[in-house]
Formats: sequence, structure tokens, C-alpha cells
Amino acid sequence: MTSIELRGVTRWYGNVVAVNDITMSIGAGVTGLLGPNGAGKSTVLHLIAGFLAPSRGELTVAGERSWRNPGLFRKVGLVPERDSVYSFLTGAEFVAATAQLHKLASPRAAAARAIAMVELTEAQDRRISTYSKGMRQRIKVAAALVHDPEVVLLDEPFNGMDPRQRLHMMDLLHDQGARGRVILLSSHVLEEVERLSGTIQVIVGGRLAASGDFRAIRRLMTSRPHVFLVRSSDDRRLGAALIGSPAVSGVELTPRGLQVRAADYGTFARQIAVLTRDCGIRLREVLPADESLESVFAYLLAS
Amino acid sequence: MPGLVNGVILRLTFRATMGRRRALLFALPAIILIAVAAVLTATAKSGSWQAEFLGDFGFSVVLPLTSLIIGTSVLGAEIDDGSIVHLLATPVPRAQVVVSKFAVAAALTIAFGAVPEYLAAAIAKGPASGLAVGLLAGALVASVIYNAVFVMLSVLTTRAIAVGLLYLVVWEGLLANLVPGVGLLSVSQYSLSVADSIAHYPALHAHLTLGTAVVLAVIVTAGALAIGTRRLARFSITGDA
Repeated sequence: MTSIELRGVTRWYGNVVAVNDITMSIGAGVTGLLGPNGAGKSTVLHLIAGFLAPSRGELTVAGERSWRNPGLFRKVGLVPERDSVYSFLTGAEFVAATAQLHKLASPRAAAARAIAMVELTEAQDRRISTYSKGMRQRIKVAAALVHDPEVVLLDEPFNGMDPRQRLHMMDLLHDQGARGRVILLSSHVLEEVERLSGTIQVIVGGRLAASGDFRAIRRLMTSRPHVFLVRSSDDRRLGAALIGSPAVSGVELTPRGLQVRAADYGTFARQIAVLTRDCGIRLREVLPADESLESVFAYLLAS
Repeated sequence: MPGLVNGVILRLTFRATMGRRRALLFALPAIILIAVAAVLTATAKSGSWQAEFLGDFGFSVVLPLTSLIIGTSVLGAEIDDGSIVHLLATPVPRAQVVVSKFAVAAALTIAFGAVPEYLAAAIAKGPASGLAVGLLAGALVASVIYNAVFVMLSVLTTRAIAVGLLYLVVWEGLLANLVPGVGLLSVSQYSLSVADSIAHYPALHAHLTLGTAVVLAVIVTAGALAIGTRRLARFSITGDA
């Protein structure tokens, strides 16, 4: 069974550690690499693809090291993030050329099949320079699939795709995964990977922060303590009242208002209006203080 | 060299290089060379300007600049914009990538640099003259060696054009003429020596023997391609996410 194995993989550039001691095993099916921008997802993908050498640790793809091993690309397809392809070629020429570089027996037939998989048959004879961003992504996927690889690596493949295209691409990848291929894709948008039936590996600050299926990750993210900034007509009295509620795990008076740490987001949301009314306090503003994806990821990392 | 050259890469590189508007830039030095040669032929009185002009301007300016523009673009442009990844994400041996692109660069430089050099000499002295044939031979050699060096440079640095210009101006332009011994490491000296072995013109300022020039030319060409291949085998995509 083909798999990707990382053991204690670390990559640094001078003083900057891009990927820190990552150990994971990726098998057949679709696996998502999720994390904020700059987390190290692309670095992990490039390490696996053999376009970066690990500073430490061991990394194998289908049992072979990927660094300085171009022969491994017989089994691996890569969809890089950068938009640039040979835009002077038509879609068909680009995928056929890739098929020829893989020394496939019938490159044109293989190219036609791959282009049909990504639903670009109608546009295949147009120059790539005339393609939209979503179409460029799809032609890159076709080129990565043309040689029927066991492992497919995709770096932010949904960039520029509309929801329908994203759905279709996800279905295609699921289908490939169900046939036993190892599909690894990266994204920084949780909603993009929500239809993923396989494992999600969350990478934050170069480290593996969490691992599980989408629902488990979502639960981890939504069950974390939420922080709110509340401004009222009497923050001190409101703080004293709130700390009595089991839904609240901490309050702090700050110059900007009352910082409330809610252990149970739902109960807190229901209770705060009632509490302020009962205490005769006027509620002016309730703002979530940590809704950014980065703070969500940071919480995952800290826990 | 069937094992070292890849037909798909040859075709892709040729189309990519000629398709960019740079192709117009290739032709410019050549046009200037031929035009000036024609004007000087019609107006000049003394007989030695041909070797000086074609040797100095042709070999020291037109040929190296044409090689620089073409040689740094066949691989360098794809490294700069990231499209090289599509080529490298295939099992193609890195040596085939480097040698195939070098072959296209050398062929285009011969077309846009060596042939105009011959035409200019033919206008000046006649198509079968020793000067014309000698300069063609030297220009062919220069096209090959310069492109090996510039293709190598484009893998080693993202500033290949700047480094290449520095090399041409400082090393080939100044030091090779002023410091004895530097000629042993000068591409223009190798090519001028080949040219002079046929043309026999002292005004070409060739200082090496033919044997020395040929041996060194082969070593530099093979060495540059080997270094370029080794470096491309370690090609890394760095930065972000």
C-alpha cells in the first residue's frame, strides 16, 4: 500500500524554522493539510515532492526518498500553487507534452482522458493564456493526473475556483482516493475541506497541531473557550454577575471593556441579554475577540 | 547525444524563447552589425578595419550580448516565473533539461549571432575569404561556450543577466586584455584563437594556440553544463505557506 511517511521532519532556513518536528503517515484516500498562511503547508508539500531537502528527519514516498529522485515522479503528480504554466501552449498541448515527458505510450489519448476528468475538453484547444484562474488550476490538475500517479500532491488547488468547480474537483479527488491513490491537498480555508471524508492534518507555526476528521477538528475549534469584548453601562457589576454563570470561565476588566472568556458559547450568548436586563445594565456592544482563523489555529496549537 | 537531449524540451524551449518579445531583442545587435559593416565597406578607406571591427565589436559585443540574452532566458525565465516546476515534476533527468535548453540557446545564438557575423565579414571581405570563414568558425565556438556558461549562471543565480554582464565587461572586456594569463579563462580568446587559425589576422588579437583554445573550450563547456545540471538537481522551492 502506497503511503507517505514523515518522521521528525524539520526544515529551517537560517534562524527560521519553517517546519518543526512533524511526524505523520498519509495513506490512501484524501488527506487535507489545513493551516493559516505561512504555517508551513507548502513547505511540507515541497518536502514530500522532493523540491526541498529536510534539514532533519526522514521522509519517504512509496518507500523512496523524494529529494534528488526525479524518477519518483513516475508515481507522483504535483499541482503547484504558483499560477504560471506555459501559457503559450493550448491546454491539450500542455497536458500532452507532460504525457510525453512521462514517456507514456499514447500521450494524446492519456491527455484527452485527463482533460475530460477536469471537464476542460471544450477549452482544450485554446491557449492557456486565455484561461481563467480556475481553468488554469484544472489544467494543472489534468497534467498532474495524466500519468495515473499513485500519489497526488495539490497546493491550494481551490484557489480561483467557484463553488461548483470546487465541488466537482473534490468529487474527482474523492473518486481518485477511493481507487487507492494517496491524495494530499493543502488549504487555509476550513470550508474548502469540509467535504473531505478523510483525515485533516492541521499545521500551525510549522508544527502539527491537530489531526482527525473534519467533524472532530470543527468540534475542537468550536468548543474552545470563546473570548468576547463586552461594553456596557456598568462593566464591573456585569463582570461580577457573569462570573457567577457556569458558561463563563473568566472575566477581566480592561480599558477597552469587559473581556469575557466563555466556556460554553451557546449558553453565554443566550444568558448575557437576560443577565444585563435583570441587573438593570445597558448592553452597548458584544464583539468576538478571537474569531480569526489564526487565533483558532493558535488555540489548537496551544492545546 | 541521444541520451542527453529531449525532443519535447527542445520544442517547448524553442517556442517559449521565440514567442516572447525578447526574440526582437535578439535580432537587434545582428542588424546593427550587418548595417555598420555595409556602411563601412562602402565608405572606409583603410584595409584593416574589418578585422578590428568584426573582431572587437562582433566578438566582444554582439556575440556575447546575444548569447547572454538568449542563454539566460531559455531556463532562467522559467525558473523566475515558476513554470520550470512543471518540467521538473516529471522523471526527465536534469541533465536532459540543461543540455536540451543549452542546445536551443546555442542554435538560436548561431542564427542571431554567428550567421550575422559571417554575413558582415562576407560583405566586408567576400563570402569565401579567410576572414569570413574564420570568423564564422570562431563565432560558432563562441555561441556554444557562452551559452553553456550563461545557462549555468541562470541556474546558479536569479541575477544571471547582471552577473553575466559583469563577467563580460570586467573579465572579458578588461582583464582578459590587460592581465596576461587571464586569456586562459576567456571565452572570447578561445573563439578568437579558432577564428585566427583560419583567418590569420593579427588585428584579431588572438593570443592562444588552437590546441590550447580547443581543449579549454571543451573543458569550460562541459564543466559549465555539469555544474548547471548538479545545481538543477538540487532545485528547491522555498518560501511561504
